[in-house]
Amino acid sequence: MADLTFKIFRFDPANDAGPRFDTYTVPAFKKGLTVLESLYYIQDKLDGSLAFRASCREGICGSCAMHINGKYRLACETQVADLKSDSITIRPLGHLKVLRDLVVDMEPFFAKYKYIKPFLMPGDDAPPDRERPQTEGQHSKMIPSIDCILCACCHSSCTVTATDPEYLGPAALLWADRFVLDSRDNALKERLRLVDQLHGIWRCHTIFSCQEVCPKDLDPTGAIADLKRKAIRHRFLGR
Amino acid sequence: MQYHDVVVVGGGLAGLRAALEVNMHNLRVAILSKVYPIRSHSVAAQGGINAPLGNHPRGAHDSWERHAFDTVKGSDYLADQDAAVRMAKDAAERIIEMEHWGCPFSRTPNGKIAQRPFGGAGFPRTCFAADKTGHMLIHTLFEQIVKYEQAAERGELKIYNEWLVTSLVIEGGVCRGVIALELATGKLEAFKADAVLFATGGCGRLYTNSTNAMINTGMGMAVPFWAGIPLKDMEFIQFHPTTLYGSNILMTEGCRGEGGYLTNKRNERFLANYPDSRKGMEVAPRDIVSRNITTEILEGRAFENAYVNLDLRHLGEERIAARLPAIREICRKFLGIDPVHEPIPVQPGQHYTMGGIDVNSDGASPAKGFYAAGEASCVSVHGANRLGGNSLLETIVFGKIAGEHMSNYVFGKTDLGAGDKTLEDALAQEEKKLKALMNSDGGENPSNLKEEMQRMMTDKVGIFRTKESLSDAQRKIRELRDRYKKVRLRYTGGPYNYDLASTIELKGSIDVAETVIVGALAREESRGSQFRRDFPARNDEKFLQHTLAYFTPEGPRLDYKDVTLGYWEPKERKY
Ligand SMILES: Cc1cc2nc3c(=O)[nH]c(=O)nc-3n(C[C@H](O)[C@H](O)[C@H](O)COP(=O)(O)OP(=O)(O)OC[C@H]3O[C@@H](n4cnc5c(N)ncnc54)[C@H](O)[C@@H]3O)c2cc1C
Ligand code: SF4
Ligand code: FES
Repeated sequence: MADLTFKIFRFDPANDAGPRFDTYTVPAFKKGLTVLESLYYIQDKLDGSLAFRASCREGICGSCAMHINGKYRLACETQVADLKSDSITIRPLGHLKVLRDLVVDMEPFFAKYKYIKPFLMPGDDAPPDRERPQTEGQHSKMIPSIDCILCACCHSSCTVTATDPEYLGPAALLWADRFVLDSRDNALKERLRLVDQLHGIWRCHTIFSCQEVCPKDLDPTGAIADLKRKAIRHRFLGR
Repeated sequence: MQYHDVVVVGGGLAGLRAALEVNMHNLRVAILSKVYPIRSHSVAAQGGINAPLGNHPRGAHDSWERHAFDTVKGSDYLADQDAAVRMAKDAAERIIEMEHWGCPFSRTPNGKIAQRPFGGAGFPRTCFAADKTGHMLIHTLFEQIVKYEQAAERGELKIYNEWLVTSLVIEGGVCRGVIALELATGKLEAFKADAVLFATGGCGRLYTNSTNAMINTGMGMAVPFWAGIPLKDMEFIQFHPTTLYGSNILMTEGCRGEGGYLTNKRNERFLANYPDSRKGMEVAPRDIVSRNITTEILEGRAFENAYVNLDLRHLGEERIAARLPAIREICRKFLGIDPVHEPIPVQPGQHYTMGGIDVNSDGASPAKGFYAAGEASCVSVHGANRLGGNSLLETIVFGKIAGEHMSNYVFGKTDLGAGDKTLEDALAQEEKKLKALMNSDGGENPSNLKEEMQRMMTDKVGIFRTKESLSDAQRKIRELRDRYKKVRLRYTGGPYNYDLASTIELKGSIDVAETVIVGALAREESRGSQFRRDFPARNDEKFLQHTLAYFTPEGPRLDYKDVTLGYWEPKERKY
């Protein structure tokens, strides 16, 4: 396999007047080479100043989301071969402030997640020595949303988040729906109060880009639609 | 300087559970973590977490006594039996609590938490959330943290994301706080606290072939080690039998728990050919299965002399999709194969560190006010070999216990407020060291040293060990320690200087690696995960004891201490 050319976004707000792209040549040193392994190669062998986040290297921790050849994805689970190009361009996540190189400020993203009260609100006392019963059917309703790794790919790909910084965004709304769908939760009213607002569910224009990029194949668009339905029903029927 | 009643270092399961407990006691607690808590290695745990709930039809007669016994037997009798009993007794309560907090465990047909069989356990005892148990558990705990971060009814709970703790300050046997580097700015800061807990996880990245996250460097063990706290039983490193060939991503034991087969290139289920795995077959304990796979590889019965097959095909698509979805996803994404139709190439890889910071079953170390929990610690429930599903359990059981104990310690402490001067001095000293590192102009590239260390550990301090291989390793690690003095940073800027952070951590890795090597060399016996070809038998007379490694600038000094027995007499470990 031929050598690979990486064009990587570089920016140090403290010292650089503006961002630039640096170019590096990485040999395709192993079968199944991932973008993350290539980034480590660059950091280890070519340029120790390159900054990026990573942890699990297996697509479960959500650290390494970035824009790779036109799409937001996880660097660790993206094989170079699958990009079908010897030239790979990498930028940081979008709609979030760049702190350095590929490292962005995640705080606004997490603030939205925290805003929707992402914790079970059962509203009654649990049986003391045993689990709350939940059928396999009730459990499986949550399955499409409990896999979210808070990587922010969806957030970055969403055009509404770009124009309305206060929009709660696909990830936070998906989490709101995750608790709505949990048979053990009993706070529908409170949850709808948080999302049924100008910068909440109604801002979603159903462009599907969040669903398209989600590395976990989740469907934030669908979750938002579910919340919209429930909000309407709640307004008219009060439940 | 920052002031908190308690500082918890590490945002994995153990750290979060401990911080929550301290917060419940209404003390001001801070969590310092070098990555956002949910990026911790705990998130990657797949298979499950043990508790004798008896929810499985074959588990009706399970009990904490059986769980504790399986743990002790699995440990090859090196576990402290009082600690194993404590863990097993608390297990059910902790799991139920996690369920009450919202953990989406998989369910039985009658709505209870589902359980599956795991290696070395007498009953199906492992609770799980598909094969994403760690992800579900850590998100659940993080959710509770968010809840109480926002709530006014309890004492302050604060998270410092992306802070690397570089030193622990102990003054006359009393813990005063820590010094940490803020990755966002490159500045050092002192954190004063009446009690400090380290929950910094394992040190898998001492090895090349590891299932661990890239951040598991062992630095969190090195910091207290440098401050005079001993590391216990470091020679016991668990190798997981089934990691993906090439990347060493874990293929959970759940694959075998659900009924997967291991086959060699002759298409035999070779575990039947070994006396120690004949009966348990695929669900025999990890150390045994790992050794037997390695023997297949060494004796030429593996594919490409490197891997065997993990065959799930007979389980069928429906079961694989329901019980092992992440496994299927990983195979597709990293290898381009679908385990419904093709077997998975696997090889053993470093997986877990049984040893760690020496603490008792309250999580307390020899220094007052200093605690540890989770994989970074060695309460000694795993002894020489950990059973699958017990380490997640350890994090929440002993995270809670340590949190409680710390809180009581702080409430009873009489010299609250002392230590400012010591911390200021420690900060000044740390700043000097950092500056020296920044200005060092030697010729060594730190990442080369790291690579050499990882390769050496894999080759010489792996599944099979001998005096020769370990002596080679010792020579090499000393060489690396010397060469480290000449490392040169490639970047000296402030914000997000990962070159600096990883170079600081490399020093920790090297010193921790040396404790593994020295402990293994001195332990002239085979027990659990440590297999010495030159000493194939277990030697209770000499080595039914814990190794303690103390830091000295010339290399670790070893000492030993007794194992706590009292419930079960050590006997030969047979499955
Ligand atoms: C792939 C895989 C699968 C597993 N599956 C299972 C399973 O199914 N069942 C089971 O029981 N066990 C399993 N284990 C083991 C189990 O996951 C771990 O032992 C456990 O999660 C460790 O949790 P912890 O809280 O101790 O540490 P971690 O989750 O590793 O967290 C460590 C924390 O410390 C922080 N930290 C480290 N050093 C510093 C420092 N110097 N300064 C600041 N912060 C620092 C990190 O940022 C991190 O937040 C698995 C392990 C692996 C590798
Ligand atoms: S919904 Fe998908 S893309 Fe969005 S944060 Fe969660 S995992 Fe990432
Ligand atoms: S490094 Fe964890 S998702 Fe990529």
